[in-house]
Amino acid sequence: MNIAWFWLLSGMLTAYAILDGYDLGVGMLHLWVARSNPERRTCLAAIGPVWNGNEVWLIAAGGMLVVSFPRVYAAGFSGFYLALMLVLWLLIARGVAIEFRGQIVHPLWHTFWDVSFALASLLLAFLLGVALGNVLRGLPVAADGNFQGTFALLLNPYALLTGMLSVVVLAWHGANYLRAKTEGDVQGRARRTAARLGWAVLVLVALVTLVTALGGYADHFMQRPLAWLFPLATLLALGMGLRSGSGDITAFRASSLLILGLMGSAAATVFPALLRSTVDARFSLTVYNAASSPYALRTSFIANVVGMLGVALYSFYVHRTFRGKVRGGEGHY
Amino acid sequence: MTEAVFAHRVQFAFTVMFHYLFPILTMGLGSFLALLATLHLWTGQERYAVAARFWTRIFVVSFALGVVTGIPLEFEFGTNWSRFASFGGGIFGQMLPLEGVYAFFLESGFIGLFLFGAGRVHRVIHWLAGLGVAFGSLLSGYFIVAADAWMQHPVGFTQDASGAIQLQSFWKVLFNPYAGWQFAHTINGALLTAAFVLAAVGAFYSLMGWHRDFARLSLRMGVIAGLVLGLTQLFPTGDMDGRNVVHYQPIKLAAMEGLFENQKGAPLAIVGMPDTQRGILLDPIYVPHMLSFLAYGDFAATVDGLNSYPRDLWPPVELTYYAYHVMVGLGTIFIAIMLLGAGLLWRGRLYNARWFLWILMLAVPFPFIANEAGWMVTEIGRQPWLVYGLMRTEAGTSLNVAAGETVFTTLGFAGIYLMLGLLFLLLTGKVIAEGPATPDATAAEAS
Ligand code: HDD
Ligand code: HEM
Ligand code: HEM
Repeated sequence: MNIAWFWLLSGMLTAYAILDGYDLGVGMLHLWVARSNPERRTCLAAIGPVWNGNEVWLIAAGGMLVVSFPRVYAAGFSGFYLALMLVLWLLIARGVAIEFRGQIVHPLWHTFWDVSFALASLLLAFLLGVALGNVLRGLPVAADGNFQGTFALLLNPYALLTGMLSVVVLAWHGANYLRAKTEGDVQGRARRTAARLGWAVLVLVALVTLVTALGGYADHFMQRPLAWLFPLATLLALGMGLRSGSGDITAFRASSLLILGLMGSAAATVFPALLRSTVDARFSLTVYNAASSPYALRTSFIANVVGMLGVALYSFYVHRTFRGKVRGGEGHY
Repeated sequence: MTEAVFAHRVQFAFTVMFHYLFPILTMGLGSFLALLATLHLWTGQERYAVAARFWTRIFVVSFALGVVTGIPLEFEFGTNWSRFASFGGGIFGQMLPLEGVYAFFLESGFIGLFLFGAGRVHRVIHWLAGLGVAFGSLLSGYFIVAADAWMQHPVGFTQDASGAIQLQSFWKVLFNPYAGWQFAHTINGALLTAAFVLAAVGAFYSLMGWHRDFARLSLRMGVIAGLVLGLTQLFPTGDMDGRNVVHYQPIKLAAMEGLFENQKGAPLAIVGMPDTQRGILLDPIYVPHMLSFLAYGDFAATVDGLNSYPRDLWPPVELTYYAYHVMVGLGTIFIAIMLLGAGLLWRGRLYNARWFLWILMLAVPFPFIANEAGWMVTEIGRQPWLVYGLMRTEAGTSLNVAAGETVFTTLGFAGIYLMLGLLFLLLTGKVIAEGPATPDATAAEAS
């Protein structure tokens, strides 16, 4: 059960990264890719109906962490206090920017929210990558299961690197999403941007993999033959995405697969720990010592998996209803 | 209480009270939207669709703010109350992801369909999406209230020798006896607020002489619903919620009523100022024996006063007392206003009674105040406990977060929320100024 919970949480976060990832990517890129007001509206219309549903995966994952591994939730969230407050403010800024931009029609109002949206998306993508990097690298978790995560500690070179990786991957993902959802000038610019970002992704993935292996963070990983499926998926995705002339939809599938591969590799790297202690391996919070009681794990697992199947079905339905190209000025945005 | 504990409490209280302003409106309006959508599907009359579209625009603004201000709260259990989260996470935490998984997804998912789907999906599906929005927001409220109810009256767990607790029954937590009436009363309060909002917008348009049909529809719906809901707010929901307090948290009851001495046939204080130093109620006006009757259904029953409990178990008496009296006082005034409105409606004079339309229009902040005051009673009256009888508030904070950090981020939230509040007023003001679109105007906009 503990192991199943670990993979459920990893799966939730992966789904979040894939789904909300393209929203963040669109946010980072739209100032470049879309130049005029109708073009910006097209970009927002492409994520308008889905972004809120996408964010639910993060919120639900947070809630699930409370119930399954309360000690990890407690230590991680309080240790990252200031960083998380920053994430919260960025989530607020991004949500408000998407929802309120279209409420008043005036160039100044639009510019303000466009820039907020872009900056918030960029910083969020970066911070989420930094957080993941720190989880991979380990944190100074003390004997009582807590740690003090100062900014200086969190912004170490390795985490900065994963932060950059996250920015580039999500930007690429967003560009691919726009390729699939738009037409004309926006699509053309998205294609060119995606082509350039693809190579940056390749370089950074290679670099991060190398550092992770050399840094000794991946020792567990090496002993797990099944885990090799994830890097394989990453390679496949890179191949699919970088081949010139591949279709727009294929490119989007490729970047989704890439995120799956990366998140999966990350999960396989830390397992069975959720928060690795750099002080002493015995202090690490693992799926065994940080979990709720077996009964609590079982009930919440059933309740949440049933619910998540519903969410997944629903998410599929919405994406199908709003499939195809969006055009400027459509809907409410 | 250390500085850090105080800082955490202030931060949580501020962010949750700000958040709650928006769910009040979304939970309340959501049900009116579902009602309007149903009336439209049933009667086929366009004016219901026009009204539904108008209220959806306000709903969306409030919903967006509810979402962005709700996420910090979920984080705060970990960031500010980490010892509480590791202690009780496996139990009260059962409710949190369910809220995300079942309720938010219903709500935030269907809202997309409801907003963007018109014309793209079948109209029955569109109507179902409207119902889904309302149902989702109510379900969201239920899971959260159930989590809160567990803190008021912890159930469904076992405790071992070290003091650690474990979940014993999921269903007991979900169907906590405290949660039922608390939920009914909370939702009723949200619906009542929405009724006041409807009536106020209708009153504003009537006073301005704008959108005559829409104004009358809103006034009529608001006043009729407001009267019914005002009464159900008091009875049965408020009364029964109060009996839970009597039963499970007698100290809170004594603080709410400002009752210091044990009393047989205790009177109900309508006004008065509690003085905790001397342990008396200054300048009270009493209804004799009423408190005993309300609490136990018996005029002669004995009600325990604060003095029969050690002082370190007292909640902050003054705050609890005043918050309670503000809520109940306002509740009584709401019933009076709506009775008057219903009388005028009955006589056919409502739409022209300008003095009364002014009252309706200016009354709109007060239901929000009553709701917030109600939560203050519930939450402050629970002190010094974080989980009643199990964990004290100062034992639940994060030890690795310094007071200064919390004060700093609270100021950050204050700034951001000030902006959000202004934005909310600006945008709803704009929607109200633009008014409900007539079918022709909507068609022109779409083409
Ligand atoms: C429009 C808002 C509103 C109005 C007019 C009233 N209430 Fe209320 N009340 C609430 C909105 C509210 C609330 C915000 O919904 C609370 C906070 C938490 C809760 O469960 O409901 C609440 C709490 C609350 C509690 C505390 C429950 C607890 O500690 O668990 C009691 C005893 C009452 N109410 C009783 C009443 C009575 C007798 C009223 C007489 C008219 C009344 N309320 C009017
Ligand atoms: C500590 C208490 C609370 C927490 C942790 C909390 C958490 C949240 C979160 C995370 C969201 C955003 C969900 C999304 O993305 O869709 C949200 C929205 C919402 N919350 Fe809260 N909330 C709290 C208090 C309340 C209370 C007391 C109620 C009602 C009784 C409530 C009702 C809602 C509703 C209906 C929404 C949906 C958005 C909206 O309608 O505005 N919340 N809440
Ligand atoms: C939206 C309605 C709510 C409002 C306005 C509200 C208000 C407050 C206030 C004023 C406090 C500070 C009490 C004090 O420290 O003296 C508080 C504390 C707290 N509330 Fe609520 N509350 C609400 C709902 C909830 C819900 C639904 C939960 C649980 C899921 C919750 C959990 C807590 C916690 C953990 C604390 C901090 C510990 C404490 O001070 O006891 N609240 N709330």
